Amino acid sequence: MAVPLLYSWKNLWVRKLTTLLTAGGMALVVYVFSTALMLTEGLQQTLVATGSPDNILVIRRGSETEVQSSIDREQAAILTSLSEIALNADGRRRASREVLVLLGLPKNKTGVPSNVTIRGISRDGLELRPQLRMVAGRLFQPGSSEIIVGNKIAGAFRGTQLGGSVRFGLRDWAVVGVFDAGNTGFASEIWGDGEQLMQAFRRNSYSSVIGKLANPARFEAVKQRIESDPRLTVEVKRETQFYADQSEMLSNFLKILGITLSTIFSLGAIIGAVITMYGAVANRTREIGTLRALGFRRGSILIAFLLEAAFLGLIGGVLGVGMASLMQFVTISTMNWQTFSELAFTFTLTPAIGAKAMAFALAMGLLGGVLPAVRAARLDIIDSLRAA
Amino acid sequence: MWFFVRLILRNLGRNGLTGLGIVIAIAAFGMLRTVVDAWYAGAEATAADRLVTRNAISLVFTLPIAYLQRIRQVEGVTRVSYANWFGGVYINEKNFFPQFAVEPESYLAMYPEFVLADDEKIAFLRDRHGALAGRKVAERFGWKVGDTIPLRGTIFPGNHSFVLRGIYRGADRKTDETQFFIHWQYLNERLKTEQASRAEQVGIYITQIDRPARAAELSQAIDRLFQNSLAETLTETEKAFQLSFVAMTETILVAIEIVSFVVIIIIMAVMANTIAMSVRERRREYATLRALGFGPPYVIALILGESLVIALLGGAIGLAVTFPAAARFGARFGSLFPIFAVSDETVVLSGAAAASVGVVAAAVPVWRTLRTSVSEGLSSLG
Repeated sequence: MAVPLLYSWKNLWVRKLTTLLTAGGMALVVYVFSTALMLTEGLQQTLVATGSPDNILVIRRGSETEVQSSIDREQAAILTSLSEIALNADGRRRASREVLVLLGLPKNKTGVPSNVTIRGISRDGLELRPQLRMVAGRLFQPGSSEIIVGNKIAGAFRGTQLGGSVRFGLRDWAVVGVFDAGNTGFASEIWGDGEQLMQAFRRNSYSSVIGKLANPARFEAVKQRIESDPRLTVEVKRETQFYADQSEMLSNFLKILGITLSTIFSLGAIIGAVITMYGAVANRTREIGTLRALGFRRGSILIAFLLEAAFLGLIGGVLGVGMASLMQFVTISTMNWQTFSELAFTFTLTPAIGAKAMAFALAMGLLGGVLPAVRAARLDIIDSLRAA
Repeated sequence: MWFFVRLILRNLGRNGLTGLGIVIAIAAFGMLRTVVDAWYAGAEATAADRLVTRNAISLVFTLPIAYLQRIRQVEGVTRVSYANWFGGVYINEKNFFPQFAVEPESYLAMYPEFVLADDEKIAFLRDRHGALAGRKVAERFGWKVGDTIPLRGTIFPGNHSFVLRGIYRGADRKTDETQFFIHWQYLNERLKTEQASRAEQVGIYITQIDRPARAAELSQAIDRLFQNSLAETLTETEKAFQLSFVAMTETILVAIEIVSFVVIIIIMAVMANTIAMSVRERRREYATLRALGFGPPYVIALILGESLVIALLGGAIGLAVTFPAAARFGARFGSLFPIFAVSDETVVLSGAAAASVGVVAAAVPVWRTLRTSVSEGLSSLG
């Protein structure tokens, strides 16, 4: 016969301070654990969402990022007239020759400069990114010194608010619009007319060419064809894959850091649970004897104490995930090492992360409860009834 | 002291576990502080008389080599050198180490902290295809002087290979021994034939000045030379330049710092629980003591003393563990953190953290004991 669940649950409330301290310790561990996973998830979602699976992105062979890449006009012209690229209503190939540079701009809050990505696009560049829409102001005029900024950095850097202006390349560039690109890397970028930006930066080559495939299923064949063309020294990736690769280093770092830390910290919390549960057993020696005398078996006692420890873990888990879920309102902006540029992303809580965190909390509680529960189950009836 | 040790021995299992928790927490705290310090190591290793000039737009843009003569002419400038970030890949991307194409003679003169045997130095200076590697990076890949080192260019396309002509050591603990230097001339000649538009360009100029106090004035003087030109410059002290890299990843650093305090709070909760349990068991003893005429200070000293002894013992062991742990971590992740050493400040902070865990953990139990009246305490069940 099993000891009622309520017995385990209510026992936790008898010693509120102890329960609170132990569960509080676990809650902090769960908090660290879940925020690390949420951050990694947010970063990955942001960069994966940046690309579109139908688009290909072409950069110079050997360069890992768009900033390092350069594609001269001749090669870009070949790429944008490939027959595999979809046509739009006007009969033009849906491709964009883009130039990408980094600009050191001071942050409004701290005055410390950070690298912001400026992307110069051709006329079809916007069409290739359906996730992008204007939320304030208007689009830049082609051929003018006008720029539009992503919603995540609008106003965060000096001069990047609507109506502001940013000076670089011996010109003042007017901010005429703000675009919302959702949770993508584009939301941390500044966009302008590609040819104008190339003139300002005195460069004569593009960084990348983006094109929409007429038939996305033929990606491998298209890649093969472009990369074996002797006129071209480029490599081809799906846009989604390209951006996912860019999150690799930072997200691995965050994940490893988070998991290492929470594992080490969990040792502390497990020790806390062990102490608490040993205390619970010691305090209730007579109670355990009584239960045994009433006919409850050793196994039932073991389970009752394990359940108590599990509840302890769950309380910690709920508190920890609760605290972590508040982090969803926080946006983190930091440098992505791989691209050397600023990227804003949010803590993202998914059901999977919630489940992992609760499982982690439960495991901490159970691990802490095993030894004390075994001791409780092994108590001798007579001795325990005699205990003070 | 011995008295407290005997108090602790009354429940060795529980107190031992708590002590172990503190060992783990203090060691984790020490390691996290050391990681944060390691981040700033680049800025710590700078000299006050060196300025760095880069393109005002961002580091991705270069400066013409023609600026060299003009910077040299600035009154107060004693020496100018220059460097390009090479960014090559050795076998695969995982083998990252920083590589710079430099003007070797002036560069080595400006960085006396890179210690190098005279014959190796001469050999490196003479060979345009030569390379110079730090001790740690050479050990990591098992390089010996005379080895050929192939690098695949990412910024400068193509395959490059260099002959290792020397291995430098750091003059002190702060010096980065993971860097790799090649000749700027080599790179330039190669660009001239393959990508002429990118030749004759320099990533940064490093300027040595006569007195560190003139850093601000001379930085402005240099930037004024190139105002309203196609490549405007931004000059700052070497330290500010290095700190600007740290600032870019500041968010992560802040998170690590916060987390290093979270571990202390976790262990405080565990410790407070232990002390609360000990005190609960001894309520009758404390009440008896007070009935015998011992005042509150005595009872406070009893509880606080026990708590502090556990915390400080645990802290001391934790600190002792930190050093070998840091040494192992440093050896393993040398490419990420060239300098990884526990600083004196970390030792002091860890000690302070352990002591505050002891004090804070005792606070609530002390308060509860003092609030309980003597008769209540005497009648409580053990």
